[in-house]
Amino acid sequence: MKFRKSEILFFALRNTKLRIGVFIVALFAFLAIFGPYFAKYEPQDFAGPGYNPPSGEYWLGTTTFGRDVFSQFVYGLRSTFLVGFVGGSIATFIGLFVGFLSGYKGGLADELLMMFTNIVLVIPTMALLIILAAYLKYRGVFLESVFIGFTAWPWTARAVRSQTLSLKTREFVNLARITGMKPLKIIVVEILPNMLSYVFMVFILQFGGAILTAATLDFIGLGPTQGISLGLMMQQAVLWNAIQLGMWWWAVPPGIAITAIVGAMYFMNTGLDEVFNPKLREM
Amino acid sequence: MGKYLRRKIIIYLLTFFFAVTIDWVIPRFMPGDPIRTLLSRAAMRTEAMDLLYNYYNKVFSLDLPLWKQYVNFWVSLFKGDLGTSVYLFPSPVFEVIKRAVPYDILLLVPAILLSWIAGNKFGAFAARKKRLDNTILPIWYVITATPYMWLGILLAWVFGVVLGIFPISGAYSFSMSPSLSWEFIWDYLKHWILPFGSLFIVQLGGWAIGMRNMIIYELESEYSRYMEAMGAPAKLIRKYAFRNAVLPQITGLALQLGVIVAGALATEVVFSYPGIGYLLLQGILNGDYFLIQGCFLFIILGVLIANFFIDIIYVIVDPRVRRGMSGETA
Amino acid sequence: MALKIKDLRIYYQTLRGDVKAVDGISFQVKDGEIMGLAGESGCGKSTLSNALILLKPPMKYISGEVFLNDKKLPIDNYEAMRANRFRGVSIIPQYAMNALNPIRKLKQIISDLLEHHGESFVKMRDMIEERLKLVELDEKVLDLYPIELSGGMNQRMVMVISTLLNPSLLLADEITSALDVSSQKAVSKMIVEFRDRKIVRSVIFVTHDISILYQVADSIMIMYAGKQVERAPTETIVKNPLHPYTKLLISSLPEVGIKYSQAPLKGIPGRPPELLNPPEGCRFKDRCPVASEKCDEEPPLVEIEPGHQVACWKVGAIDD
Repeated sequence: MKFRKSEILFFALRNTKLRIGVFIVALFAFLAIFGPYFAKYEPQDFAGPGYNPPSGEYWLGTTTFGRDVFSQFVYGLRSTFLVGFVGGSIATFIGLFVGFLSGYKGGLADELLMMFTNIVLVIPTMALLIILAAYLKYRGVFLESVFIGFTAWPWTARAVRSQTLSLKTREFVNLARITGMKPLKIIVVEILPNMLSYVFMVFILQFGGAILTAATLDFIGLGPTQGISLGLMMQQAVLWNAIQLGMWWWAVPPGIAITAIVGAMYFMNTGLDEVFNPKLREM
Repeated sequence: MGKYLRRKIIIYLLTFFFAVTIDWVIPRFMPGDPIRTLLSRAAMRTEAMDLLYNYYNKVFSLDLPLWKQYVNFWVSLFKGDLGTSVYLFPSPVFEVIKRAVPYDILLLVPAILLSWIAGNKFGAFAARKKRLDNTILPIWYVITATPYMWLGILLAWVFGVVLGIFPISGAYSFSMSPSLSWEFIWDYLKHWILPFGSLFIVQLGGWAIGMRNMIIYELESEYSRYMEAMGAPAKLIRKYAFRNAVLPQITGLALQLGVIVAGALATEVVFSYPGIGYLLLQGILNGDYFLIQGCFLFIILGVLIANFFIDIIYVIVDPRVRRGMSGETA
Repeated sequence: MALKIKDLRIYYQTLRGDVKAVDGISFQVKDGEIMGLAGESGCGKSTLSNALILLKPPMKYISGEVFLNDKKLPIDNYEAMRANRFRGVSIIPQYAMNALNPIRKLKQIISDLLEHHGESFVKMRDMIEERLKLVELDEKVLDLYPIELSGGMNQRMVMVISTLLNPSLLLADEITSALDVSSQKAVSKMIVEFRDRKIVRSVIFVTHDISILYQVADSIMIMYAGKQVERAPTETIVKNPLHPYTKLLISSLPEVGIKYSQAPLKGIPGRPPELLNPPEGCRFKDRCPVASEKCDEEPPLVEIEPGHQVACWKVGAIDD
């Protein structure tokens, strides 16, 4: 399934789902990168009177303690994207590695790796993360990403393994093997390029998944001990009864951002599937 | 079939072993000594406190060799002794958790099952008509991307605060105490509906999308094509496709259980619903290690049992597994 | 006359335009005749056979008429065709080895299908078991799942299922292509037996392998690039082909007993034209050893002698 780059680009640019998805993600990424320059305050600074709904002065209103919600929002976006990227990358990488090794080597290695994968798969990651996170005094965003990455990989490993298994038996790989190509070379030159599209899609799903997991972790109180994130904002809001007090501007926007970004990523994923898989393309 | 089930049992046993071990290992290798600090916080010497110290000594005492502590841990586990809660002192952890379990079952089982069934039906339906599919698919993507707690927040805000129809905290009103009276049941249902709703809606999206994809895949298969060529009515082909597509959805259900735990946790926090998730949070906030540890073990146990249950159902339903032809290892 | 086709055109819709896969085909198949349909990959033979029973996007019906037993066969109308499928026209598809639902018992599959055609599995059970014997399958097979049978067994099961209601026309699409030589012989013989026992009226046997057709077909039609090229009784095609393409095809068949060193295999140099924008005139002209300017005009299909039709300017009465 070697594609001409131009053909892929052609379909990619025309795919509606992809365009919408990329647009939304780019929009929030823009906010994340440049927002803090527009924010008038630091997220934890006292900005003004609390309980204020959105206004010209405080674009997303203020919290119970008088902090500027907009500032928290854009800085929180940064943290969210960071976790998504780092956590997603780690999970993708581990999943790729385990799945690939398992599928390619087969035999005992495959059995052991798959058993390991299934164990990690069954353990509810949240419970595990809670136990781990509850005992560390200092937790940074990076550490959180690592946690997430190390627990989110099993489904990827399984999927990569079956992809590898099916590619392994294809003629062109056998051909390469017969001609005496070294296994590593076979992997890099023959098998990987065919999986690249798949890997990309996996990464997007992991990115989105990491964001969701991080938000939940933060919400429960196991997020970073410093800094701000969208999940943390929601936690604070609920803790200080924002809903009962009708302070929707504090509790609702962070969730909108997460839903929008993750939803957009799922869209992108489906769109990419159509681009890479000619059978799904609409005439 | 025997081989398949045996494999699964081995995995579950290993997992349980692994989980319990982790649970035991972690406080030991964390910086500082959280157990001593928390015990010193509640530094009264009463009878109940003695119980706590006993447990502690058997399981965590630095006077005993490590392996002995580990064994004691397992022994206590089987005796149902999970220590005493500090947050809900002096109740034993086991009792505390036991009280929370029914609330979880009443919330989670309907939410999971109904969303699965409904999601599968909707997904299959949408796979038939292209126009419907195009409009409704994005909606499903959005709801499956929604964090559980945020949907909870939204529902709480709209229905609880703005419209004021449903209460947004607890499992029953303060004025009531649990009983089997209609009054109580009605009150409970009012408290139940919003947390149920947020769990149900988010999961629904995921199942619908999955089923839709599976149905499309099955409808494009060669056996569907052959049926068509043989003049089979669309209904028959759809029936075959649905039955075939449900199988991976069953597997998917087992895989999702771990994720749903997270969702349940978040939802319970938003609504202060007294399930294990809520307990867990309280444990964390109050530094109640024994409670945290107990909740963790209960959750793991629950997930493993549910997994096993689903595996059995899968074996009954998929003839390929019965004849040892499943491509899965382990 | 079992099957009559007049000027059939079936194109494939693609993003870049219509691929003219079947471009003006007319022929007839008599009652009880096994007609072989041969040609290179991409010549349109599979398209033709599939269109006769299940015409779905991306296939597009353009024009032409099909008559089965002197009644019009509405291949362009998906719904109307339903009444004809399985009873009138049936197919043993190329993917026969995967054509059965893996997780449904075979007797269930058959029973479901029969039910929807107004027949009863129970009543037909004995006949089904007889048919199974014909294809060398044990009746116990009915209680098994398709995954428990080998690919070959699945294919033979499909042969039984497709012919259960004694169709007038059976389309056999490359059914020998994935088999080893001895299985090829067995399967081809089964088709002939089906015809001899009047289980099927007529057969269109699609393949790229002329040597098989020599064993089973009464007549052979050769297609090239969406067009008919020659049609004649089997003996004639093999011993006395007239069209340059047919001649080259036959001569490129290896002969048993002759080694490469004695007579090297001849292929046909070049490739078929792409059918998005096929060339004007005869489509074989670029590879034809006897092509001339006249070939820029499309040669009509002419009946040289009874039962033998050729589409070539260099053949028969039409000569320059």
